Amino acid sequence: MSGFTGFVLRRAIGAVVTLFVLSVVIYVVFYVTPGDVAQITCGPRCSPAQVHQVAQQLHLDDPLYVRYWHFLQGIFVGQDFSTGTSVEHCAAPCLGQSYQSGRQVTDILLAKLPVSFSLVLGAMVIWLVLGIGTGVLSAWRRGRLSERVLTAVTLAGVATPVFVIGLILMIVVCGELQLLPFPQYVNFTDDPEQWAWNLLLPWLSLALIEAANFARLTRASMLETLAEDHIRTFRAYGVGERAVIARHALRGATASVIALNAVTFGSAIGGAVLTETLFGLPGIGQELVHAVKVVDLPVVVGMVLVTGFFVILANAVADVLYAVADRRVVLA
Amino acid sequence: MSLVEAAGTSLVDVRDLTVEFGALRAVDGLSFSLAKGAALALVGESGSGKSTVAGALLGLHRGTGARVGGSVRVAGTDVQAATDEELRRLRGAKAAMVFQDPLSSLDPYYAIGDQIAEVHRVHARVSRRAARARAVEVLERVGIPDAARRARSRPHEFSGGMRQRALIAMALACDPDLLIADEPTTALDVTVQAQILDLLHGLREETGMGLLLVTHDVGVAAESVDDVLVMRHGRAVERGPVGAVLAAPAEPYTRELLDAVPRVDARRTGSPATDEVVLETVGARREFGRGKRVLTAVDDVSVTVRRGETLGVVGESGSGKTTLGRMLVGLLEPTAGEIRYEGRPHTGVNPAVQMVFQDPVSSLNPRRSVGESIADPLRARGDRDEERIRGRVRELLERVGLDGAHYDRYPHEFSGGQRQRIGIARALAAEPRAIVCDEPVSALDVTTQAQVVALLGELQRELGLALVFIAHDLAVVRQVSDRVAVMRHGRLVEYGPADEVYDSPREPYTRQLLAAVPALDPELAARRRAARRAPAAV
Amino acid sequence: MSEALAAVETAGTDLSVPAVSGARQFWRRLRAQRAALVAAVVVALLVLVALAAPLLTALEGQDPTTYHPTLIDSARGGVPIGSFGGVGADHWLGVEPQTGRDMFARLVYGARVSLGVSLGATLVQVALGVAMGVAAGLGNRWVDLVLSRVTDIFISMPLMIMALALLAIVPGSFPRPVLVALIIALVSGWATTAKMVRAQTLTLKNLDYVAASRLSGWSTWRTAVRELLPGLAAPVITYAALLIPSNISVEAALSFLGVGVKPPTPSWGQMLTSADVWYQAAPQYLLLPALALFVTVVAMTVFGDGVRVALDPRAASRLRIGTGRKREARVDTAVPSGEQRKEDRP
Repeated sequence: MSGFTGFVLRRAIGAVVTLFVLSVVIYVVFYVTPGDVAQITCGPRCSPAQVHQVAQQLHLDDPLYVRYWHFLQGIFVGQDFSTGTSVEHCAAPCLGQSYQSGRQVTDILLAKLPVSFSLVLGAMVIWLVLGIGTGVLSAWRRGRLSERVLTAVTLAGVATPVFVIGLILMIVVCGELQLLPFPQYVNFTDDPEQWAWNLLLPWLSLALIEAANFARLTRASMLETLAEDHIRTFRAYGVGERAVIARHALRGATASVIALNAVTFGSAIGGAVLTETLFGLPGIGQELVHAVKVVDLPVVVGMVLVTGFFVILANAVADVLYAVADRRVVLA
Repeated sequence: MSLVEAAGTSLVDVRDLTVEFGALRAVDGLSFSLAKGAALALVGESGSGKSTVAGALLGLHRGTGARVGGSVRVAGTDVQAATDEELRRLRGAKAAMVFQDPLSSLDPYYAIGDQIAEVHRVHARVSRRAARARAVEVLERVGIPDAARRARSRPHEFSGGMRQRALIAMALACDPDLLIADEPTTALDVTVQAQILDLLHGLREETGMGLLLVTHDVGVAAESVDDVLVMRHGRAVERGPVGAVLAAPAEPYTRELLDAVPRVDARRTGSPATDEVVLETVGARREFGRGKRVLTAVDDVSVTVRRGETLGVVGESGSGKTTLGRMLVGLLEPTAGEIRYEGRPHTGVNPAVQMVFQDPVSSLNPRRSVGESIADPLRARGDRDEERIRGRVRELLERVGLDGAHYDRYPHEFSGGQRQRIGIARALAAEPRAIVCDEPVSALDVTTQAQVVALLGELQRELGLALVFIAHDLAVVRQVSDRVAVMRHGRLVEYGPADEVYDSPREPYTRQLLAAVPALDPELAARRRAARRAPAAV
Repeated sequence: MSEALAAVETAGTDLSVPAVSGARQFWRRLRAQRAALVAAVVVALLVLVALAAPLLTALEGQDPTTYHPTLIDSARGGVPIGSFGGVGADHWLGVEPQTGRDMFARLVYGARVSLGVSLGATLVQVALGVAMGVAAGLGNRWVDLVLSRVTDIFISMPLMIMALALLAIVPGSFPRPVLVALIIALVSGWATTAKMVRAQTLTLKNLDYVAASRLSGWSTWRTAVRELLPGLAAPVITYAALLIPSNISVEAALSFLGVGVKPPTPSWGQMLTSADVWYQAAPQYLLLPALALFVTVVAMTVFGDGVRVALDPRAASRLRIGTGRKREARVDTAVPSGEQRKEDRP
């Protein structure tokens, strides 16, 4: 088991390194752009005095590595901002300040994260259950009519952009059939039932397309496993088809399902941007689109860093789960 | 024991079996039967249909699109007419199968004990706990040490031989009347092969179960069964008691097959000895990886090859023989020591030292015509005259026994043996002084193997080539070598003239290797087995 | 499963022969799949429509940017006048709400943007991916380490977020569709391509025929070009065929969010931005771009899958989506047999 601990440790270090490099890349891309960085950061409607102040806060006169050091310092120990008249403290995970709204980026994120988490995690449950279920079913019924129908449906699912599914769902369910009211976010802590009902459509529109991906992958890797020699062994020993599928073929697909889930998590965050915009959910996606449109750079950078952090975390967790599912990975 | 017995008492009764895959008739009107407790080997080259027969005994072709005709009865079950449920009861409980590749034949995700227990529970109404206990019991019986603990290991934690033992244990779990073993030792080293064959023999004596052995290796058949059935193109060529068939084959094909089998006790008929050293290694060492995980593949090996002579290199898997070969041709650089060509240190590739590879599939680029591949050394040398290149390639193709007009054909249009000839032609195109052959015939059928070996010998005499012949098969190496190097764990165990090494080996490991080579004579095999068993009994 | 058992026995090594990527064989395998064939026709039609956009709109007598204030009811917020959103002889598919721009013209020109951006992005992704992957696969330990690490970082970046963020800081003077294509390409796709190409290169590098080429006296460079690159063609084409539909979706999504292709350039995603407001008054405003997107992406996906099957039937038989299985199997088994069983009897 010490090999396994070592593997987890190596993977954790790898994640930290990746995160560090990501932060450098993001910093360079956004704060070392050609043109007046202070002006861009502050936003188009800033006065020259404000721009000057921003330039000071970003330490624009210092060399690049010092500037990056200040940026890191802000994240790990906090930072003080002088707003000209007073000094404002920005506590430990300080990602800067929006010069357009005057709010701290960390506060904005903290307010928006629960919405996005509710959306993505809820959708994840749906895509896993629905996707794996469909995949198993179509691998089991392979060659029959029901499998062809499932295949066609999942293909359509894979090919439909998230916002088209969402749009159609919203119009049909809320507009035409009036089965549900147009979604409006309710805090889980306020009313769990309303929370779920209001998120149902966003969940579905985000999850359906990913579920289709999972169905395809589950089916494909189960069929791949079914073609392997060890399946022949169990059949040659009289193990029934159902047990072969449930025990051996599905087990063979587990590792790839875990790997796909890490990738999907990343793409679902992108999908969440669309879903939130479409349904008017006040999550980080909606905030990001807004920040991009008004060019509120500190907010954009904060969002990118935080989502990057979660995606890297998800990848690292997936790698460890993968190693649990397939021990041979640890040896390699 | 006679092959033909009354249907009532026989364990297996196959009548007029045909199996067709599309237009291909893999088995064509085969009939045989096997009495209770008897052992029969189906022997044949690839494409003879022998494994297809084995699959048909368990009804494994059902639902695959293959057309199966004739009748198959196994342990009282009519396989053709049986319902799926009856077939399931037959599989494992009455007739159990052991497959060729023990790694891929076990589920990589489950513990070996659990896999055996699962199979056992399909046929016996017992608790999970009892099934596990049974698994440990059979693992013990096939000689897995510390079985209770090892039962919790996954297949990749077992060595090749232990995995094959585990598969045999799985077969034993349900006390079958018949064991079908499909090339059970082909993927194993020769010493491990001997252990597995001994195990099968012992189990048969103990349990009285019948054995149907499918093999391409006549020696393996001689070691393990009473009767043999030689197959070719889906039909039976010859059948009878194994001793009689091997000693005095009645059919021309059987004779041809037996003649092609290399003998470990046959000396090489002399080749002109010279003193001109072409290629040598001096204290060559090669490591892979770094830091704590460094692996020494070859360790302090010094060998020489002279003009017109063949150096055989034998060893089991992991002995470092392939790494040595790759260093000799310059594809790998030694970590320490040096490679000398004509007495001078040489690094990097050298057109005068060529290689013939093991795998006839991966050694030719599937996207280029064989003529292009053979012409590579010519073009690399700077020859631009198309006419002359084509002419030379034609010559080379004809020299290795192929049609000279095949320049524009692609590798997939050729059989394995033909592809190996093309590989030899490509090596010759560089006008080499030495050729290193890395397992050049191990992927080929025995008759093809003999032809390729003969071709290499001819070329050597004609061109005075220095040859290095790397192989795991001791008999083939004896057949071709003037001197032999025995390798183990990267080190040279024994090195000397072939006759000395084979006839009076000094090292215990060499003796052990030689003793493990299957004998073509069943009586000799029995004596050897007794000898192997004796020290264990002490 | 016992197919495998049978194959080993009856065909010897024949079935393990790598697929020969002859153009003729490729077409034969592609033709054998009905769904892929239909998809190919649809894709061809779409490309034709995109290329002939000026011609088609000239035929209709409209263009995608002219406002038609007379065709919309400004009293009702800009709803098109007439049935089905103003469908008629002049405006084949009606006009847009609020602006009165011709729907047919916008759809047809939208195809240009959609296909152009996705194709452009795919080209950049493939070029970058192959270059990085081959360099990592052939380079020494350090080159490999650095390139692989960079690739991994790009794989773990959330694509939409990065694309959005980058679009915020690039000056508006840059031609928008080119910018969108570049950004899509830079933040996604190339990294996974590079990873795949690296793995493939490592596999190919260790094949005996590559060693044989080096032994023939060819330089490493020449060996890479002659022996390695052709081996990469099939997997890269397959991958590219599947990147195109995904790029179409991303472009549509960015434009839908209002940060992709900007008006007046028409784009399907952008047309859907305000479609939910108008679906009752002008349903075709929602349905047409949605349908166009759906059909294009489905056709591209199915076609891409067909290409994969045609290029590597063995891998595809494991990973297929269920199109034309039986025929495919027959085509494949027809290839070995005959020619190959001529044994060695020189």
